[in-house]
Amino acid sequence: MSEMLSLDFMRNALLAALCVGLVAPMVGIFLVQRRLSLVGDGIGHVALAGVAVGVATRGSPVWSALLAATLAAVLIEVLRARGRTSGDMALALMFYGGIAAGVVIINRAEGAQTGNLTGFLFGSITTTTRGELILFAVLSALIAGTVLLLRQRLFAVAGDEEYARASGLPVLALNITLGVLTAITVVVAMRVIGLLLISALMIVPNAAAQQLAGSFRAASWWAVGLGVVASVGGVSASYQLDTAAGGTVVLLAIALFAVATTVGSLRRALARARHRHAERHLHEHGPGCGHEAVSHGDHVDYLHDGHRHAAHEGHYDEHAHGPQPPPEDSGRVGHEVTR
Amino acid sequence: MPVSTAPVLELHRAAFGYRGRAVVTDVDLTVHRGEVLAVLGPNGSGKTTLVTGLLGLSEHLSGEVTVLGTPLARLRDRTRVGYVPQRHTLTGGVRATVTEVVTTGLLSGLPWWRPPGRRERAAVDAALEAVGLADRARFDVETLSGGQQRRVLIARALVARPEVLVMDEPTAGVDRASQLVLAGVLHRLGEAGTTMLVVTHELTALRGIVDRIVEVESGHLTFDGTPEGYAVHQGELARAAGRGPGVLSPTADGAVR
Repeated sequence: MSEMLSLDFMRNALLAALCVGLVAPMVGIFLVQRRLSLVGDGIGHVALAGVAVGVATRGSPVWSALLAATLAAVLIEVLRARGRTSGDMALALMFYGGIAAGVVIINRAEGAQTGNLTGFLFGSITTTTRGELILFAVLSALIAGTVLLLRQRLFAVAGDEEYARASGLPVLALNITLGVLTAITVVVAMRVIGLLLISALMIVPNAAAQQLAGSFRAASWWAVGLGVVASVGGVSASYQLDTAAGGTVVLLAIALFAVATTVGSLRRALARARHRHAERHLHEHGPGCGHEAVSHGDHVDYLHDGHRHAAHEGHYDEHAHGPQPPPEDSGRVGHEVTR
Repeated sequence: MPVSTAPVLELHRAAFGYRGRAVVTDVDLTVHRGEVLAVLGPNGSGKTTLVTGLLGLSEHLSGEVTVLGTPLARLRDRTRVGYVPQRHTLTGGVRATVTEVVTTGLLSGLPWWRPPGRRERAAVDAALEAVGLADRARFDVETLSGGQQRRVLIARALVARPEVLVMDEPTAGVDRASQLVLAGVLHRLGEAGTTMLVVTHELTALRGIVDRIVEVESGHLTFDGTPEGYAVHQGELARAAGRGPGVLSPTADGAVR
């Protein structure tokens, strides 16, 4: 571990991975919410054309990639807003055109030797320079700041665009903002996991977080945590195991997803076993509903024919008798006796 | 109520549609504060196009539309008109709590850099109280029943304290128990003087709440009057249909159940 950290390029690599692990899931949750999980992939394709132009003109591939990705992201939103059925086909044209142009231009500029191309497609984190690292950190801070500031508005628009428009939110502006954030994330992540795998780090930690969290807020934080574990853990593991960093990060993220799914379903099964639905009744309890309200920890139970009903999800649970029931007493025995 | 109160909605020869094509035309309608309108009509008649036009979701193509004293195109504060859409999913592809969904109803009223604070949280609690969901505030909306989800959408519309509430099929596809609760919520809103436009197929669920009925058929208003008057109108249509051929018959089940 200390050996790995003593290496300059590995320190840079781990810091770059940290940036990506933090911001990719932050942006990705809104893509998952909009059911546009693959759009990051498409923007990555177009970014390759930008990279190629940068390489061919001996400029900075990072800046030209940023420009190409941002243009693509804005164009996507404008096409979506116009709602034409041909929009889907336009996206395909743009994405494949991007990757094809990228390959052609890079090969033309660098001859048949395409080490550079592979580096951008699958990541080449250990070649991250100090200057790039600083740029990635600044861009990551920009993404994180924007998301933290606008997260509720982005949530509203991604969740129910029609309602957001009716309520007067600037829907197109927010969607374009999300598109630009996605584009910047793609460029920041390009070095670490590569343009072909970027989408995975935006989406997979969020898929895992959805298995563990019950609220949007909690899911956002879970996703960031899992994203950091996957990216930093994946880069470290790739050093120890001598494997490709980008692929290792994504495989680790998928392993975390598998663990989260297992933990999530176990937890749900446990919760099902430990609580008991009340009998179905047409009546909904509430203040002044005619049933006595009894305070029970952080909620209120309603006394219904001698047993206690507490709201849970879409139904009512039976809660135990007595003021403070021990947790092992599920109320099952007590209830049956009094019935 | 003072007679001088300006109407909440005033439509004169209004037409609404999509992409420049009119779906409803020649609508003349005046709605006063506190009125509860049921908008009836068969599927595809244009009733949803009409009410969503008031929200800026379908295009206002011609005629005059004044909402809360302001021409529709110049109505900036959209939160004054609350909207309860007919929705199957509430949050897209992610989990979210009841509180998180209802809070989105307040966002457009806040400056873009301001996150919701204590005052907004209190407004959300009050809206959830009003629809009887206060004790389910922290649960994932996807775990709630269909009727409870409808009430979440009503709370989201109520939270910004709108002056008019536009609802699209609030009772459709909801089990009987939830319909009773929903009817109670709508009744309380009506009592409190909220102006409501309710697009519906199920007039029985709204009995005693609605005080005016508007019927839309093939893009035109075909009836505007009291529920009693509507029953007479239905009876006339049925008799006309029974008497001879060549007369347009009402929908198979008499349009209302």
